[in-house]
This record gives sequence, C-alpha cells and structure tokens, in this order.
Amino acid sequence: MTQHSRAKSDAFVPSGQIQFGVFFQGVNSGTIWKAPESGSQTGFESFRRIAQTAERGLFAAFFLGEGLRLREHLGRPHALDVVGRPDAQTMLAALASVTTNIGLVATQNTTYNDPADLAHRLASLDLISGGRAAWNIVTTDNAWTGANFRRGGYLDHADRYKHAEAFVETAKRIWDSWETPAGPARRVLHEGQHYTVDVTPRLPRSAQYRPVLFQAGDSPEGRNFAARQADVIFSAHPKFDDAVEFRKDLVERSLAAGRGANAVQIMPASEFILAPTAAEAAEKKEWVRSLQIGPQQAIAYLEQFWGRELSAYDPEGPLPEIDPVVEETSETRGSGFHGAKARQLADQWRAEAKDKGLSIRQFVTSKTARIDATFTGSYTAVADQLAEYARVGAVDGFNISPWLIPTGLDDIVNHLVPELQERGVYPTEYRGSTLREHLGLETPVRTADTTAEAVTA
Amino acid sequence: MSTSSPTQGFLAIELDGAGREGADIARAVLAAESAGFHAATFTDAPVPGRANALQRAAFAGPVTRTIALVPEVDTVYTEPFHVSTQLASLDYVSGGRAGWITTAAESPEAAAAVGRSSATGAALGQEAAASIEVSRRLWDSWEDDAVIRDVATGRYIDVDKLHYVDFETPAGFAGPGYSVKGPSIIPRPLQGQLPVLGPASLLGEVSVDAVDGVLVSAPAVELLAAEIRDVRARVGASVAVIAELDVVLDARGQAAAGRLAGIDAGRAVYAGSAAGLTDFLTDILKEADGVRLHPASLFVDLEELARLVLPELRRIGVLRPVVQDGTFRDLLGLPRPVSRYATATAAHAAAAPAGAGK
Ligand SMILES: Cc1cc2nc3c(=O)[nH]c(=O)nc-3n(C[C@H](O)[C@H](O)[C@H](O)COP(=O)(O)O)c2cc1C
Repeated sequence: MTQHSRAKSDAFVPSGQIQFGVFFQGVNSGTIWKAPESGSQTGFESFRRIAQTAERGLFAAFFLGEGLRLREHLGRPHALDVVGRPDAQTMLAALASVTTNIGLVATQNTTYNDPADLAHRLASLDLISGGRAAWNIVTTDNAWTGANFRRGGYLDHADRYKHAEAFVETAKRIWDSWETPAGPARRVLHEGQHYTVDVTPRLPRSAQYRPVLFQAGDSPEGRNFAARQADVIFSAHPKFDDAVEFRKDLVERSLAAGRGANAVQIMPASEFILAPTAAEAAEKKEWVRSLQIGPQQAIAYLEQFWGRELSAYDPEGPLPEIDPVVEETSETRGSGFHGAKARQLADQWRAEAKDKGLSIRQFVTSKTARIDATFTGSYTAVADQLAEYARVGAVDGFNISPWLIPTGLDDIVNHLVPELQERGVYPTEYRGSTLREHLGLETPVRTADTTAEAVTA
Repeated sequence: MSTSSPTQGFLAIELDGAGREGADIARAVLAAESAGFHAATFTDAPVPGRANALQRAAFAGPVTRTIALVPEVDTVYTEPFHVSTQLASLDYVSGGRAGWITTAAESPEAAAAVGRSSATGAALGQEAAASIEVSRRLWDSWEDDAVIRDVATGRYIDVDKLHYVDFETPAGFAGPGYSVKGPSIIPRPLQGQLPVLGPASLLGEVSVDAVDGVLVSAPAVELLAAEIRDVRARVGASVAVIAELDVVLDARGQAAAGRLAGIDAGRAVYAGSAAGLTDFLTDILKEADGVRLHPASLFVDLEELARLVLPELRRIGVLRPVVQDGTFRDLLGLPRPVSRYATATAAHAAAAPAGAGK
C-alpha cells in the first residue's frame, strides 16, 4: 500500500531500503581467475553456488550480462580476462529449478533478436520460474557484433532506442494479450520500419503479469527510454554524489514521461571489498587490484587505446611516449570505450600519470571504471554508508559484481546483510514470491490494444 | 566389459504434456527418470500454452542425473547463433546430457511472427542444414583445452585454440543468404558436439553426416518396421534410428480404446494393454535403436509404463542399462569427437620452431 502511494506521487519519496542484486559477470576484467579459490567461470556449480548464496542473503535478483561476440585485442580474441559465458535465459531456466525466490534477470539485446521470439522466451522463463523473470534491455548495435547474425549491422546507432522502443512496446503487447489469466489471447500486429510481427501469443500471464523490465544504457536517449518503459535502471553511478545527481535526473525524466517520480528504481553496478576492520579491507583491496590488473592486463589496456603492440614497455615504467596508431578506439573493447579519441586521450593520460608519478600498472589500476563502483571498508562502516544511501533514496539497491566466483558473496551475505538488517534498511524476508513483489513494484496496467483482435484459443 | 548387446535399445518419452510451470516439469521429468527412460524430449510447436522447449529442458537439467534432455529447436525462424549458444548452454546445465531435435517450421504463423515470408519445400531442409552446420562449427570453435588459466603469462585462454567459423550459406541457398563469424561466446559443450536428431523428412537437404539420429514415423503400427528398415538402409549403422509411437494404455480400469478420441498426430498409435506394448517394443527394438513414446496422457500412461512396461523390458534384457552421470553421446554409443579445428592447430604447433609450441 505504501508502495502504491509512493509510485503515484509527483515528489520523490525515498523507500529507506536497500536491495541487492548479484551480477555474475563472466566476461570482464574484474573477476579474478588467478587466485587458488577461483572456480570455474562457466560450470553450472559456480552459478548454482552464487545464486543460492544470494538467495540465502535475500537478494532480489540474480543478473546475467550478455555479449554476442567475443572481445578482441589487436584483431584476435582477448586472452587475459575471463572469456566465455552461457546463454542467459538457458542458464536462468536451470537456476529456476534450484532456487525458489530470487529474481532471474537476463540481459538481452533488442538489435539481434526478433521481438515475438524474445517475448515468448521471456514469458516462458517467467512462467517456469513462477513469476521471477526480468529482462535487462540493451541496445548494442555495431556491425562488428552483427557479423554473427543474419541481419548483420543493419541498425544505425542513432536508431538504436527508436528500434528498442518499438521492440519493447511489441513485447508488452504480446505479454498483455490475455484478457484474463486463462485467455483468450489477442492477436498482436506490428508493422514498422525494421520489422513486422503478426502473432497470436501462446502463453498466459505469469504470477507477476509480465517480466520486470530493467534497462542498462547511459546516454540521454537511454535514460529517456528507461523513464518511459523500464521498472528499474541498472546504472553505472554508484558513488554517492553521482547517484544523487542521477536520481534527480531520472525523477525529472520520469515525470516528463508522465510516470510518477518513484516509477523507476535505480540499482547501480557495484563491488564490495569487506573485512572486519578498515585496515584489513584496505589490504584486501590491494590484493584484489593486483590480481585484477596484473602487468599483462595493464599493457593490454593501453594497447586497446594505442591500437598497437606495447609489450616492449615496462608495466612498472612510465606510459609509452609513442602515439596511438588509431584515431578512434573501436567497439572491440566494449561499447563504453567505443569512439573515444585515442590521441587526445593518450596526451591527457601521459600528463596525468606524470603528474601523479604513476607507473603504467598503477595508472591503469586507477583508471578502470570499477574503482568508482567499489565500497571498501569494515562491515559496520560500509553498512553505515549504505544506510545513508537508503535514508536519502540515492538508489534503490546495488547490483553487486563479485570479484571472486563462486565464493565472492559469502562475506556480504554472512556479515554485511545482518548489519544492514540491524539498521532496518534491508529486508528480513522475501515480501512475496515474485520479483515484482520483492522490488515493491506495482502490478502493471494492461496495455490497451486497439489494433488487436480477440482470438478464441 | 560392456553389458549392452546389439539388440538392446533405448526409450525416450515426450514430456510436452507436463505443463509449463516449474513444479510440473520437475515432477514429470523425475517420474520419467525414475521409471528408467533414457531420454526426455520437449516439443516446441507453436500451440497455446506451450513454454519454450529449450527452457523446459534447462529447468529439468539440475534436478535430474541420468536422463538425456532433448528439446526441439526450430532452424528456420531462430537465429543460428542463438540456437548454437542456447544448446551449448543446455549441455552445461545438464552435465552433458543435452541433445537437439532439429525441426524446420513450415507454418505461415511461425514466419509471420518474425515478419518473414514462410519457407516451404527444399528451403526448409536447406535452412535446417545451414543451422546445423553453424551450430556444429561454433561448438568446435573453442578447442577443448582453450581455457588455460596460465598465471605466469596472465592468459586465461590460448587464442590459438579459438577459431573464427566464417560460415556462409552455400550458393543456391533458397532463403536470404547469411554469414556467421564466430567464435562461439561459450566454450565447447561438455560433449564436444551435442547429438543432433532430425525427422526423416529432412533427410536429403540435410545430409546423413549432419545428424546422429533420425526420427522415423509411420502412419500405422503395422507400417513402422518397414519404415525403420527403409531409413536404416539410407543412413547406415552409425546413425541412430528412432521410432515414433503414440501410446494409449489400459489404465485405471479404463480400456485404452475409450481414451483414443482426439489422438491424431499422424503417427503410429499403440492402444491396448501393457503386456501387448511390451511385446511390440521388444519386436520394434530389434529394428530400431530406440523408440520415442508420445503418451496420450502423460501422467496416466507414464504411470502404467513405469509400473508394468519398463520393468518387464529390463527384465527380459531389451533395454540398455541406464548409466549414472553418462552423457547423451554415451547413451547413443558415440565417441566424444575432437574439434575439427584441433588438427590445424596441432600441425601449426608442430611446424613452429622448437620451444615455441607447448
Ligand atoms: C551497468 C551497465 C551494464 C551493461 N551491461 C551490458 C551487457 O551485459 N551487455 C550489453 O550488450 N550491453 C550492456 N550495457 C550497455 C548497453 O548495451 C547500452 O545499451 C549501450 O551502452 C548503448 O546505450 P547508451 O548509448 O544509452 O549507453 C550495459 C550498460 C550499463 C550502464
């Protein structure tokens, strides 16, 4: 009931609560594979262990990312970081059978899927899991990824969200096509610039009506799209001031989109390095960073921007004095880096490293984005910090990337969660059985569909 | 030391009647496993109420130990790259018990759902053949030992053991041609290659070399043996021949004939007593490697099969033993293949100067 009035209001009202999700990253540079306790990154047991630990810690959701082409480095697959991961929905369907409450979030691309097919598969996951499915909507659109798909790189970058919006609207109509839980279904027609759909949906609504929608993408268009369509934003803004700023921005966009100020929740990506004392946590952080960014990773990171081999350079020495051979960095590094001006960046970085007296390794360690996303400290200090986020409503929760698989959530669940519960800012039980219930989201209103015709099933 | 004899076969059961919710799927697949079925299949025809077949199979993975899990996955209107990755993932979540029944959707509805004009005739087989080829190449695109986790050099993978598949649809391809670059985004499946099964109707455009098993149907039980022999003659001994059979048993005091109404899938139907079915299967398994049963009512007929038919077939030695933690390939008697790209790398390493290889 309180949720209901919050969501409807014009003014943002903090929930005073923090939720956790776990982001099993797989492919990335943050997951440590070199430590003796690092397990398999693709074997089912690792996924089961993380999901079950998260559920023991009352996490709202288990997330899987998606990458539809292997990252490359100087024209070959990138060799240094974790590579390879299972298909998100297939893995989540399997995890549904060994968990009972936790939400199951699949990152799925709107450019390289067909709306009717993806909507059907997400509805399947939602029914199989008893109303726990969510879709993290992403819009990667480059031709380089498209080389693995029949339609290739058919979409202009500028059109990615226009296309995504039509895609998501079509999916919603497919999920909403049932008048009552048992049917009949309405035929869904969509005729658009990029695709045509004519389908009679096959599945009834789930316990949570339809999958929860997450959005990950940070451009102004991405934020507007989220404000119109999403239930939750998977953001890249975990630092306090930045998070408060992002909330303000999103509230404005949500109101402009005609939705309440609380309509869209925010869960930034984050990393936790915790210990009984601050000193131990700081020491642990050094250890974590040294394993995340070893000498080879440091050189490889620069090579992505320089576009050339830099193996002759000493990772403990200064940044290379030679210039990058490429003007712009490419998508092979990841969309976040795509299009950066390489030469300009190199000049800037050399100056910065010289200024601070940093070696290549130290510099790269300081540069990797995850640094900003890290909470380091004693269990009590970090719990106090998160309680402050909850008090002002900077975020609704955090999407935690464990740096160790499969034991990386253990100290969070065993020590941080109880501290947060003591402070009254973290759930002490699951609120219901569906993800929508865990997150306190409203029951969706059926999309009125004037173009569809009723079909007797 | 193998206890199986050439005349022993396997039994698969179609679990579509289980429903779409997790608890129902788990109950059905566990009942099938404990009854001693060797494989469970999941159909994916676009009819109301059916959840995605591959996801139902994936859900069943972690709750079972021995039964092979074999979904139907369409090749005409589903992206080949996704098909390959999803099936490889199914192999991971089932501990190497995954297979694939390749289908080629002919319905105009399936085409309209994805906004394409529908494929018919030879085009169906061509789409299926291309999709199987893409999947197989992607499964091989990581050699088995590509993940090296070499702390000294900081390398998680050996990039020499990853391969671009560079697939292109062949000249004269009926549908819109396409290419797939690769490598896969998931390491090689646990089985190396998942067993691929397909209906006999696709043979032709889909070559015998592309499949590990063929599903054989006849419109009546009397015609089944001849049909199996006919297909066997075309595919040889190395491809499994699997007979399709609808089953309605006398159960709960009701004669099978009373439950026959509504069964018309164009397949042979056995309706009658458990003892009669036992005899029929004993005979048919002399011709076929396996039989897939489509129970008229999953829970009614599965109960009778578990109570009366499978124990008797086991007792008389007609069934292959169920292997704990075995793979689907093990069940079919298929060795685990090396990646098609592995030889190239080995040759490359051999040609490299001493000390450069490993
Ligand atoms: C926190 C976060 C996580 C993301 N995870 C993924 C992912 O797993 N797969 C993917 O393809 N894109 C991912 N993206 C990027 C999206 O593809 C996004 O659509 C892309 O950045 C383009 O949108 P934009 O220009 O609005 O940022 C992520 C983005 C953010 C902010």
